Amino acid sequence: MKKLNILFCLLIISTGITAQAPDRSAPPALGKAKNLQLPAIQKFTLSNGLAVVLMEKHTVPLVQVNLLLQTGSFDDAAGKEGLTSIAMDLLDEGAGEYSALQLADEIDYLGAQIGTFSRAFSSEVDCSTPVSKLDDALKLMSTIVLKPTFADAELERVRKLRLNGLLTAYDEPTTIATRAYNKLLFEPTTPYGKFANEQSITSYTKADLENFHTRNFVTGNCTLIIVGDVTRASITPLLEKYFSALPAGAVTNAAKPTPKQIKGRTLYIVDKPGAAQSVIRIGRIGTSRGDAAYNDIIIMNTILGGSFASRLNTNLREDHGYSYGAGSGFSFWSVSGPFTASSSVQTDVTGPALGEFFNEFKKMRQPIPEADLTRGKNYVALGYAGDFETNESIAAALAELVTFQLPDTYFNSYVDKALAVTKKGVEAAAKKYITPDNMLIVVVGDRAKIEEGVKKLKLGKINFLSAEDVLGKKPQLQ
Amino acid sequence: METTYELSPNSLSSRSLKNNPFMKRKWFTPVVFLTLLITQLSAQDIVVPYEQFTLPNGLNVILHKDNTIPRVSVNMWYHVGSGSEKPGRTGFAHLFEHILFEGSQHVPEGKFDQWLEAAGANNNGSTTEDRTNYYEDLPSNALDLALFLESDRMGFLTQSLKPTTVDGQRDVVKNERRQSYENRPYGKASLELPALLYPKDHPYSWTVIGSMEDLSAASHQDVVDFFTLYYAPGNASLSIAGDIDLKETRAAVEKWFSDVPAGKPVSKINPPAAGLTEEKRIVLEDKVQLPRIMMVWLSPAAYIPGNAEMDLVANLLTGGKNSRLYKRLVYELQLAQNVFAYQDSKKFSSEFMLVATARPGVTLTQLEKVIQEEIDKLKSENPQERELQRVKNQYESGFISQIESAGGFSGKANQLNQYYYYTGNPDYFNEDLQRYKAVGISDISAAARLYLKDNARVVMSIVPEGKTDLAAKKN
Repeated sequence: MKKLNILFCLLIISTGITAQAPDRSAPPALGKAKNLQLPAIQKFTLSNGLAVVLMEKHTVPLVQVNLLLQTGSFDDAAGKEGLTSIAMDLLDEGAGEYSALQLADEIDYLGAQIGTFSRAFSSEVDCSTPVSKLDDALKLMSTIVLKPTFADAELERVRKLRLNGLLTAYDEPTTIATRAYNKLLFEPTTPYGKFANEQSITSYTKADLENFHTRNFVTGNCTLIIVGDVTRASITPLLEKYFSALPAGAVTNAAKPTPKQIKGRTLYIVDKPGAAQSVIRIGRIGTSRGDAAYNDIIIMNTILGGSFASRLNTNLREDHGYSYGAGSGFSFWSVSGPFTASSSVQTDVTGPALGEFFNEFKKMRQPIPEADLTRGKNYVALGYAGDFETNESIAAALAELVTFQLPDTYFNSYVDKALAVTKKGVEAAAKKYITPDNMLIVVVGDRAKIEEGVKKLKLGKINFLSAEDVLGKKPQLQ
Repeated sequence: METTYELSPNSLSSRSLKNNPFMKRKWFTPVVFLTLLITQLSAQDIVVPYEQFTLPNGLNVILHKDNTIPRVSVNMWYHVGSGSEKPGRTGFAHLFEHILFEGSQHVPEGKFDQWLEAAGANNNGSTTEDRTNYYEDLPSNALDLALFLESDRMGFLTQSLKPTTVDGQRDVVKNERRQSYENRPYGKASLELPALLYPKDHPYSWTVIGSMEDLSAASHQDVVDFFTLYYAPGNASLSIAGDIDLKETRAAVEKWFSDVPAGKPVSKINPPAAGLTEEKRIVLEDKVQLPRIMMVWLSPAAYIPGNAEMDLVANLLTGGKNSRLYKRLVYELQLAQNVFAYQDSKKFSSEFMLVATARPGVTLTQLEKVIQEEIDKLKSENPQERELQRVKNQYESGFISQIESAGGFSGKANQLNQYYYYTGNPDYFNEDLQRYKAVGISDISAAARLYLKDNARVVMSIVPEGKTDLAAKKN
């Protein structure tokens, strides 16, 4: 590239100005931060009662149209774990007059992307399309939403893929750790620690899928979220044309049980002979999205393990070199979700690394220095605008607004609210949730090499599990 | 359709903390060069207007204004990667990238990240064979902070650097190697490939992550030498995109980089010719349940003729449900759990990879047979017009999506630097587009014949421990 550099020096006049040398004695003072002022959130309903939430964004000729369902994998009945996931997956494996392959061909030819997803508490059919192809893309999306075929052959094909997929979980230490952690954290009577298994995957019938569709794809359970280069006037006729056939109706899902807080400290090692690292998960039940102390908790966690300069990462990665990264986070659900600290650490320092997690937990309960508080608040508040750069990320924020019934003023007022968080609030959140004596600890690693080191910490009795204890017996597949 | 698939990373980034945003791309391949078409779907050309200038010390600067949100991305490329490493020091360019976050003369250790976070910023860096990049995405009022930090580590890194800093990051990088390769299913395969693909003295014949021994051997003096040689302003390019005032930003860049001394010219890498002259068949055993086949060919370097064709070939073969190999292996015959092709495009040579994981009870010999049939067909018959157009249309809209973001590893700031480095022209968007637009159906089969030769490739079987009978046997 040297040659090209020289070429450019010739073409472009070098700056002749001799700038004054900068003052490097301290980091430069920052100007005043600009306010985040997003375009208005427009809410309206279609003739069938389907709610629409729209934010216009005219910078790029693209549109995101997402159908959000308030049904997720935690709504799966016992014995049918994974049903929401496979039902959503099969929506685009044939619909209306299109076969699975025809649908994919039509969508890809448009240059559109239509995907289906399920999460713990909600599901989505998402469409991203060039605005010039919006009509065609919505036609295909609505066919998927309204008229999925659920053909037997497609169900069997995807069922096989999923059964085979179960096998690969035995190879993945991080999957084993997450499954073990959820399974041990939540009571077995709740849906929260369950996952699709050989039995449940084998049990799905075409009728299960059709019932799922009939029950959940109704106006009272769905919201259309739209972001991009359209206006209410330009898109409404298309929405009426393609989505007014969504049946009216409501869904009453069974009330979600309140997760019961764990008691004391329990410790598990899942043996993975020969593992180069140990995967660590430590935590307890946290809180729900509706918690009035939400921002206190977010900022407390930012200080503990929610950013690169957080205490856990600084300790385990930067100070000790035990790991490539360590962190922590709260899952905010409609009920109390987990708080989890995690890392992958070098096998031969597993004991000391676990010890450092607990050192940081104890330290977190001490008074918070002003500098940490300010950094945590600013990181969250001043970084907030970054969530609103793309259609996709704005749509995700709007989905959160809808799901948790946050006020329309939420986004534009968020920065001020996060900056108003107090030392007292953060310290209270730490005392409440960072409880070293009340934690579930799961370590997936080479037992022969890590047991001694873990034992030395005297965290409590060590329970031992195998990958099969966590994932179930390995399926014998052909 | 569910296609979850993860190869070991093409480029190594120095921090892994951030959760990936909710990814919804169904099949778009994690290509390093996501450079796409834009003619049919949007009436106007994509234009990313920019201003470019060179400082007296040799630093190239590119500015692009986009006021969508009150944030700005500061993106710095150093034109050095693992390809410039000395024998016995593999992995050093990436280790060095890590050291760049550990402070400089006016930035005490730990403060780089703390000060940025206190301003609401995210930052990261990554290393490939060709280059090393760094970015700070931050509120536009904090632009000066990023310029202060970037200029301080460019001008004044080694004055305050302690030998212990190298030790600390050496441990972190070794853990990165464990996490990304050794403790990841099939991860060890990508550690073996470079030496199989390139002659011993070729800059791509070792991995970016390097060997554990070489990481152990890296010394403080190596750090000082590497910095002095490669981290000079004349070997770097700064791109700033986002909510900026062009005039003020230029003045700020001139101020902050004015005391960074110019370095000496960096001599060019002159790699020996690369080219496979035989088929190499390798069997690796790993802690995995399902066997996997990886077939790898060398393909044309980034942005040179033939390279765009091979991107399209990858997507014709495995992009989407109607792609030839997905349709046959996964959808119809149901022999494979997944199949995936992509081209890793680089400065001196690219690699075309085709990867398929067998279902239980299926041998890699069975998979290879079908793959070979489809490759042979691609060589002997032109694809359908519509088939090629479908792939081009997906590229096109992906390109529009890409310019939604200014920051991160794939936003506009980085793309301007990428185009500048590889083509000399930051605004190469439309030229890049033209590469794909110009490809006709007969170019596809010609490229397949030229670059997917049966007697110039690596065929690697990764099988469960003790199950070498599942490996691909030559038909």
